[in-house]
Amino acid sequence: MANDKHSLRVTDKYSPQVISVSSWRAFTGTLKRDLLLVFRRRSDVVNPLLFFTIVVTLFPLGISPESEFLAQIAAGVLWVAALLATLLSLDSLFQQDMADGSLEQLVISPHPLAVMVLSKVLVHWLVTGLPLTLLAPLLAVMMFLPDEGYSTLFLTLLMGTPTLSLVGAIGAALTVGLRRTGVLMTLLILPLYIPVLIFGTGAVISAVNGMAVAGHLAIMGAMLMVALVMAPLAAGAALRISLNG
Amino acid sequence: MWKTFVAWFHRMGSPKWFYDITGRWIPWFAVASALLLIAGTVWALAFAPEDYQQGNSFRIIYIHVPAAILAQSIFFLMAMAGAVGLIWKMKVADMVAKSCAPIGASMTFIALFTGAVWGKPTWGAWWVWDARLTAMLILLFLYFGVIALQSAFDSKQSGARASAILSLVGVVNIPIIKYSVEWWNTLHQPATFTLTEKPAMPAEMWVPLLVMVIGFYCFFGTILMMRTRNEILEREKRTHWVQGLLSKK
Amino acid sequence: MYFDSFSEFLNMGGHGLYVWLAYGLSAVLIVINVVLPVMHKRQLIKEQARKQRREQQSS
Repeated sequence: MANDKHSLRVTDKYSPQVISVSSWRAFTGTLKRDLLLVFRRRSDVVNPLLFFTIVVTLFPLGISPESEFLAQIAAGVLWVAALLATLLSLDSLFQQDMADGSLEQLVISPHPLAVMVLSKVLVHWLVTGLPLTLLAPLLAVMMFLPDEGYSTLFLTLLMGTPTLSLVGAIGAALTVGLRRTGVLMTLLILPLYIPVLIFGTGAVISAVNGMAVAGHLAIMGAMLMVALVMAPLAAGAALRISLNG
Repeated sequence: MWKTFVAWFHRMGSPKWFYDITGRWIPWFAVASALLLIAGTVWALAFAPEDYQQGNSFRIIYIHVPAAILAQSIFFLMAMAGAVGLIWKMKVADMVAKSCAPIGASMTFIALFTGAVWGKPTWGAWWVWDARLTAMLILLFLYFGVIALQSAFDSKQSGARASAILSLVGVVNIPIIKYSVEWWNTLHQPATFTLTEKPAMPAEMWVPLLVMVIGFYCFFGTILMMRTRNEILEREKRTHWVQGLLSKK
Repeated sequence: MYFDSFSEFLNMGGHGLYVWLAYGLSAVLIVINVVLPVMHKRQLIKEQARKQRREQQSS
């Protein structure tokens, strides 16, 4: 909706093919730039992982170190910790670009904003969601997750964390212009994360109990697809509003 | 038909026209909602028969269900008004959306509280992670998010637009949340007994329920108009007509 | 009338506490919902009156 003005201007000059090529260039250009920035600020990658590890460590200390008990709550604890780690890392999605003014350049550029938002979200997932997914099986060992659960845990996180990044981008875009965003963004985003949490842990629990998980994975895939289509548009519209206000 | 609707829609967009027409509607709505709510409450408390299983605690249904229905439809209305405000840049729609949020949150709270109180004699606990109650709790969180976002922006217009986007995202999510919570609920505790699902309710039970539902809707309409009118007065206070209106009183 | 006496009506077959608690809190919230916009409007009118007085004094 919000992009109509720009795409119209482009269609006047170029053929549809050229537009898709230029959108693709906008996508890869943003991708390369953001990856380079992340590479130079490596703490952004490490901090969420440390957070994830520490939160998981708190549960045996706070509740009980018994292996039978931990095995029961392992899936839930890992998923909740991954969810919180993603949430806390969302600040970095637009905040830095807002501070140095490059976000405004993105918004006024003639390329569709949703495409560039998607590329930013992809970078965010590559530096937080993907490492979390890779780290989770290790922490699952510490939580005594039964052997049957590992592959499902990995798969659900692989499909769930991009959904979290995508939905979180809407919250980050809505709050980027505000001063204190942390608690507000949590309030906006956490309720929307609940379905992902339910199906993520549900799948791991079913796998541990020896039941089929294809249905859960299909639903998580469907949620990812819906988020993939709608979240960049919503986040783009939200960015425009945040920059105007 | 379509033309008159479009003309009406456009006039609705003028704050002054909206203020005038709702000023004429409010007394009717207020009287209707007062009559319906009083009649419905008396009927529900004193005349409706008790449930053969739950006894008199069943009478809580006459508040719980209307509040729960209303809470969900208010969220839907809020998102629709927000979308109208986003697409057609209609100020009145923004104000309606803003006025919806606190009313919806209070209705959600009523539904939650009455559900919990009802749970005590029925399940023996003040809180049970029942699918409907959990979904209501999440709806309350969504309302709080919208209200918090509205007040976080300095500019009223940006706050209205941002919360419109959030409520649209919320509306897309509500069915997903409801479905997933119901599924989660059957996974963890097989549904033995749900509060409101009765195959066939006799007429002397559902007629007062219907009266209460309509009464709650009329009540919502009244409060929504009152709040939106205040919002108009506040945002348009520099205009001539509002200043004339306020100084008259 | 479903109940035989007023005390039975209050007792609600042993569930009186729950029924009256639910209805009572709902009534309170409904009244709050009515009172808040009414007070807000009064405040708006008062503010406008104060503003006009200030303008008259200064002119």
